[in-house]
Formats: sequence, structure tokens, C-alpha cells
Amino acid sequence: MSDNKKLMFFDSTLRDGNHAIKHQITANTIANYCRAVDDAGLYTVIVGHGNGAGASSLQTGISLLDDNVMLSVARANLKHTKLGIFLIPGYGTIEDNITPALALGTDVVCVGIHCTEANVARQHIQYVRSHGKEAYGILMMYHMATPERLVEEALKLQEYGALGVTLMDSAGASTPNMVRKAVTVLRTKLDINVGFHAHNNLGAAVGNSYIALECGAKIMDACVCGFGAGAGNCQLEALCALLKKEGIQTGLDLYKLLDASEQIIAPIWSDGKAQTVLSIISGMSGVFSSFATHVANAAKRFNIDPRDIFIELGNRKVVGGQEDMVVDVAMNLAQMKSKDSRDSFLESLL
Amino acid sequence: MFTGRNLDSPGCRFAAEKGVPVSDKSIEAIIEQADNIDIVFDATTAASHLGHAPILKKFGIFAIDLTPAKVGKMCVPVVNLDECVSFDNVNMVTCGGQGSVPIAYAITRVHPETTYIEMVSTIASKSAGIGTRDNIDEFTQTTKEALSFFSHVAKTKAIITLNPAEPPINMRNTVYALVPEPDIEKIGKSVHAMEREVQKYVSGYHVTVGPVCENGRVTTTVEVMGLGDYLPSYAGNLDIMTNAAVRVAERRAQMAGGVSLVG
Repeated sequence: MSDNKKLMFFDSTLRDGNHAIKHQITANTIANYCRAVDDAGLYTVIVGHGNGAGASSLQTGISLLDDNVMLSVARANLKHTKLGIFLIPGYGTIEDNITPALALGTDVVCVGIHCTEANVARQHIQYVRSHGKEAYGILMMYHMATPERLVEEALKLQEYGALGVTLMDSAGASTPNMVRKAVTVLRTKLDINVGFHAHNNLGAAVGNSYIALECGAKIMDACVCGFGAGAGNCQLEALCALLKKEGIQTGLDLYKLLDASEQIIAPIWSDGKAQTVLSIISGMSGVFSSFATHVANAAKRFNIDPRDIFIELGNRKVVGGQEDMVVDVAMNLAQMKSKDSRDSFLESLL
Repeated sequence: MFTGRNLDSPGCRFAAEKGVPVSDKSIEAIIEQADNIDIVFDATTAASHLGHAPILKKFGIFAIDLTPAKVGKMCVPVVNLDECVSFDNVNMVTCGGQGSVPIAYAITRVHPETTYIEMVSTIASKSAGIGTRDNIDEFTQTTKEALSFFSHVAKTKAIITLNPAEPPINMRNTVYALVPEPDIEKIGKSVHAMEREVQKYVSGYHVTVGPVCENGRVTTTVEVMGLGDYLPSYAGNLDIMTNAAVRVAERRAQMAGGVSLVG
């Protein structure tokens, strides 16, 4: 464990941000963004569908661009920054996604799994490492497991050859204490780097990232402009400014990040920062951030309060990849509602 | 005979209790007894089956492969049972394939012009053994290929998600189809007829959502509840595989029996 090692900034803007615009990111945006941040001091720029390589689907949303097109455009415009992808086993495969991505010049592969299922990442991490590239394990929805369980799963990722393990607060459900406990225990038990990826549902993304860093996390996974699913992510340029004030070396160029935020991301994020009353309910319920669009659609279609859908999804402990449950839950709530109104109608007749 | 690697495994002990001969010599035990064996169910892993397949073929043993190795003819009993039993190796695809292919087939037999099929399978973490986890990539690829093979739709996608919730969830398969002008009434009839066919060997197979249509996207969800006899009831994904495999074996045995009666 090396406390002096520099911080590594993983930029997920062009991946998580894709959720915020229904995976419609254009080649122009990718090219302009990559050029703008290439010398900003980032460790890697991660590009792709919001749910990662191979995730373009009716379940989560169809990408405007093919994965390989996104990677080619990014590669051509990143001269000094590593190109990264995110991949969830069960969505993407080695054959269809990792092999072509490596051939296109991908340097970093982040393998995302639900926080209790690390062993489905074995094949992918080993494959990437055996091809001389960097692999990291990402424990998604980390709030759903105890710190002890997270250690158990993270140790598996380390054993497979992951160079770091990032806790992903996919639902933006973290409290500062949860971050402190989880990061501290991972830092103590792992030999590899620990990272944190925040969502801003409860307005705590920058703060939680800072706490993770204080507890020894070296990988800061964040997005310029906070561009991301649901309420958005830890706003990278705000974190950068905060760290500068605290006198912590980041190696980041604040102005370059601010420019990218203002000139490239803000203009394409029509909803602006998506911190809404619903994102608060979503974070409280611990529901995967990218479900927001699906919940809004289902609420309209079945004429149900979207807050009730979020809370019921939370009760059912759904995980990332279960977007098809949204319609199921909305339909059930609609049926219960019509039954209730029928019952009260019948009662009124008695 | 039940043959594995460990006489103390729960499966091996269960078989022994039932009076089934057991061995810990894996494929070697089958080779020794080859003359007395007609059918082998291979429930190892995709990598192991690649080694077993040529051996079984050499001894003229009918192989029912429950791994996603894809050596033999892909079989989903409600679609192509009779055709499969004449091959020497039959592949049971994956549990996701057994759950979703019948629905995909029920849609495309009404609308062969379907342009895209996607399935999403969610299973309880507890029902996904190390075999499934080690083979998650083969699982995803094989399910996708099975969707194309059985529905004759070139563009398909398979997604698999594990859910660790307690109590464990039942297996859920959602099938999405893009159909230019769907006749939802006809699709509904076809899907429900298919549901009844599958229920003949997996009684807990139920359509829970749809088929419903919005903007040319037809959505159907089925849940698979297991019988809860040997495996727990949340392991419907395992029941649907084993019951499909048993159905293949029964049909094969019927046919072999027919031949020997005539002879």
C-alpha cells in the first residue's frame, strides 16, 4: 500500500453521461471532448453506452453510435490519455466486445459487476490482463452489501488480476459514513488501489468522493459537469477545485475541465443537472440511477406516481440490468390502484 | 449411474441414497461401462464437455449436453424435439435459452418479418453455480445464437443478470421483439399456446407481462418457478434445463425402444 501514489482520475463523462441523453452521444461530441481534455491530466477517458460495451439494447436503450465507432473516434482524439471502456459481464462478452475494443487501442477495461457477484468478472479480467492491458473491477450498487462482503468480493477481483477496485454508488444512496466504512476497510485489506464513483442523488457526490479520498481511495471516478445517469455524478471540475483549495496535488488542469464542461457538455445536456425531487427519492430507495428515464416513462404510461414506483423497486431490491422490472412494478401498482378504486366504488354502493 | 469427482458432494450422496450407482472417476467411469450406457447427461462445464464429446461419440453414446459448449444440435423441446433425437449429441442451449426461445419462436411464427429479438434473463444469485459464473460469456453468446437459430432473425441480443435478493427471486425472462406491424391479438394467442406447451414439462412457466406492444416493440415476460422437489423452487432456471433434457432422453428412449421391439 503506497499512500504517496498520485491520485488517478477516471473520467466517465462520455460513458455515464450517455445515460443522461439516452445514449445519443454523437461522434462530434466525443471528438471535441477528447481533444479538450487530452492534456487535462486525466488518467483515462472512458467511452461508450451508459451500461458499457455491448449494452445497447431495448432493455437499457439503443445507442446512436456503434461501440466500435465511439472507440475509434475517441482513440483518434486522445494522444496522451488512456482510452477506457466499461463492461458488465452478461451484457458484453470477450468475443463481441473486449477483443474488438483492444484491437481499436483500448488501454483500460473496467469490469462492472453487482457488488456480490465478483466471480462473473474472472474471465474478463484475466483476458484483459493476459493481453497486457489494464483491468479494474467495479463493485456496482455497493450500498447493498456489508463492508465485510465487499472485502470478500474485492479480494476475488484482486486475485483475478484487477489493478484496482472501485466502489460504484450506482444508486446515489451513500451517506458519508457508508463511504468512510467501506473505503477504509477495503484500503486495509487490499494490496491494490481503491476507487470511488459517486452519484449525486442526495447532493453528496463531491463530498462523498472527498471522504473516499481521505480514507485512502486513489481512483476518483467522476464526470465533467456531473454528466451522468439520474441525478448525475461527482462533478469532476468541482472536485478538482475543492482539492486545490485543500492543497491536494491532483495534476489536473482546472481551466481545461471548466472549458469542457461549459462548452461541450452543458450545451448537450438539455435537462441540465438532473437533481430533481425524484432523484432524491431514487437515491433514498437505493434504485440504480439509470432507471430514472424508464420510471418516468412507465409512470406516464400507467398513470402512477413515479415516487411509488421507485419505492417499490427499492423494496424489491432490484439491481442494475433489471429495467424490465419497471413496467412490471408500474403495472402492478396500476392494477392495485384500479382495484382500490373499484373497491371503494363498491363500498360506496353498500 | 451418477459420476462426478467427489463421492461426498451433495449430488453424489443423494444419488447413492436413491440406490443409483455412483463413481468419482468422472468420464473414466463412463468409458469403463460404455457397453452398458446408452445416454449421458453432461452437466459439467463447456470446457469439459469439449473433451467429453468425442469420447462419447466414439462409444456411440447419445450425449445430452447441459453446458453451453454448443458441440451438438441445439434443442428447445417445444420447437425441435423430434428432429434432435436422431443426432448423436444434443445441446440444451442455456436456461435463458430454454426460457426465452419458446416465446421468441411463438412471435416469429406469426411474424417471420420480425427485425430484432432481445432477451433479458434475471436469475437468483443462489441458483447460479460456479459453472454458470465461469461460463458467463459462453452463456451470453450461446443464448444469443440460439435466439437467431430458432427464430430465424439475424439480429439478436441476450442479456443475463444475477440478483442476490433474499428471499431469492424466481427466474424472469423478458423477450423484446421489433415487429413492423404487429398483430398483437395473434401474437397473444401464439404466446399463450406456447406457454401451455412448455407447462407440459415445466409446470411453473408463466407469462406474467404481455405480450404488449408500444411503437413496434413487443414485450413479453415469463417467470419460471421450479417444482421445489430436489432443488429449491427459486431455481426454476435449473428445472427448465433438466426437465428439457429429460424430455429429450425420454423421446430418444421411446424411439430406441420402438426399434428394439420391431427387431
